[in-house]
Amino acid sequence: MDLEEQGTIKRVVEGSERSRMVVLLGTPNKGSTTMIALTLTQGDPSYAGPLAGVPLGLPIHHILEPEVREAIPADVYAREIGPLEFVLDATGISAALKDVRAR
Amino acid sequence: MIDLKDKLVLALGERDGVPGPALEACAVSAGAKVIYSATQCFA
Amino acid sequence: MIQERRAIGVPVIRAARFVLAHVPDLVMSGSKPRRELARQGEVLRTQLRAHLRSFRDAVAYPPHQVLIGNQVPELLYEFPRPWHMRPMDNAPAVGAAGMIIDQDSFYAWLARADTANLIVLDDAYAPRIAAGLEGVRVSTRDAAGLARAVSAGAEPFHCDGHDGDVRVAGVVLPGHEEDESLRAPVLLENLAAKVTGALALRRLRDEVAPHEPVDFLLGSGEEAVGDRYQRGGGNLAKAIGELAGVRTPGGADVKAFCAGPVHALILAGALIAAGVHRRVVVVGGGSLAKLGMKFRGHLTVDYPILEDVLAGMAIDVVADDGRSPELRLDAAMVHRIEDGGAGHHMYGALAQAPLRTLGLRLSDVDRFAVELHNPDITEPAGSGDVPGNNYTMLAALAARAGEITREQMPAFVRAHGLPGFSPTQGHIPSAIPYLPHAILGLTEGTMTRVQFIAKGSLFLGRMTGMSDGASILLERNAQFLRKGVTS
Repeated sequence: MDLEEQGTIKRVVEGSERSRMVVLLGTPNKGSTTMIALTLTQGDPSYAGPLAGVPLGLPIHHILEPEVREAIPADVYAREIGPLEFVLDATGISAALKDVRAR
Repeated sequence: MIDLKDKLVLALGERDGVPGPALEACAVSAGAKVIYSATQCFA
Repeated sequence: MIQERRAIGVPVIRAARFVLAHVPDLVMSGSKPRRELARQGEVLRTQLRAHLRSFRDAVAYPPHQVLIGNQVPELLYEFPRPWHMRPMDNAPAVGAAGMIIDQDSFYAWLARADTANLIVLDDAYAPRIAAGLEGVRVSTRDAAGLARAVSAGAEPFHCDGHDGDVRVAGVVLPGHEEDESLRAPVLLENLAAKVTGALALRRLRDEVAPHEPVDFLLGSGEEAVGDRYQRGGGNLAKAIGELAGVRTPGGADVKAFCAGPVHALILAGALIAAGVHRRVVVVGGGSLAKLGMKFRGHLTVDYPILEDVLAGMAIDVVADDGRSPELRLDAAMVHRIEDGGAGHHMYGALAQAPLRTLGLRLSDVDRFAVELHNPDITEPAGSGDVPGNNYTMLAALAARAGEITREQMPAFVRAHGLPGFSPTQGHIPSAIPYLPHAILGLTEGTMTRVQFIAKGSLFLGRMTGMSDGASILLERNAQFLRKGVTS
């Protein structure tokens, strides 16, 4: 994750009510999902950016996870996500997030 | 099912996955407020 | 029912040329390596140098052989990845669709391109490229003089990083003491775009109708040329033409991020159809900033730094010549403000909708050219196989339209898609690298129809959250006998 974006996110998180915050990802594959999820939960794994050693610990979800889809009106989901549901590796992405949450 | 109602959402999209504006539309329709939205591009 | 084309002047795309400049030492000047080197210094520099490729390796690299037209893209399906492990021995540096030049030749052209006398070469390095400097007025200084210039804001460029003691080959001086837009690194970036664009244009001009004047140049690169009062003022097109030695055309630039070239092709076609010009060449140079962009991923999996080339391109758009593929303006499409930016929105608007207006289905297109990024470059960095994902999306749209079943999606991808073979140079991979192959397939081959779809990430400029895109449809020339070869 870009170092500049890490800084922006850190400022946003520190500037508002953290207990109400949820991260919603739209990453395209397992690898990129794991990378961002690790950075936002445990801190920058490369120890280079503003989030190095800063575990934000925010709840983190991907738009393709079934429990997220159920929370969104079906017509909106069909319009905005549509075939992405089966074009992207939804199973792999869900598994990757599960793995990060378990760490 | 997760509860997005009245949540403050940080939408981190990606151009070749789901872009920020699509995530925003989903979150808002579920009753959340989007406080940050961005789209990454690989190239 | 398939709609006949409207009665307008028919533009055709006659030829396209690509030039790659292999510049391993400039990898350190790419945006990402430069920023990380500033933080991590010598340890990282040593690591990067150990992963640079030789010119021979760059020429033998199968995706590069596809880009310059010596091999067909489909060949890459037969090659196990990563492709740098499958060098094509004795592969030539020139091909029917372009050429690859080495770093020394590139630096000589850099000096030639420098109309403002801001390049100073190392006095020991200059003789090495003397042949390329004939007729060029060049300033030189000794190493100490160059070091002083660097400490005063000049930007160095190096040589011998791959196989010798790395040293400064020369510097670019700042264009103005206080002007952010004329800082030396910015000028090096712009000169690199000018040189690669000009080399592609020269190649095209020399090989395709050399005596037929070019009327207009449309620049479509991603550089920002200008001073503090007009940052990004542009019109590198004319500078490219001047350096390439063409004297007849005027020029202007079209800016639309990575979608620039396809937007420019639509406009070029319209200028031809309207009779404003008879020959328009769409040009674009390479992006220095993108060199080494994904080096972290490459170091992690112990690949060479694959983003070590600058690409330039030139595409010839003319009035109907009775042979070249027709650019169907009635199926040219742009992404509109109200269109969404997710994959299915983009491909629905840019691929499916224009075909529908002609009464065609996705399956009626022989090949789609999407963003043709080389997956060996993007996958180690976590970006996945970009063309692979995009073709799957097109297949999903074909399935949703009832053209194929879900089970037939992989077969659709293989039949209508392509492997990615382009370096990550922003506008360059945006569908157009398939043009030389498509022109061949639509004339001497058996193809009828190819669609080119480009996307642009407007949101990167922080002015909007929108995406952008454009598409064109190329068809076999109506006057050209289907059975084929006449020349």
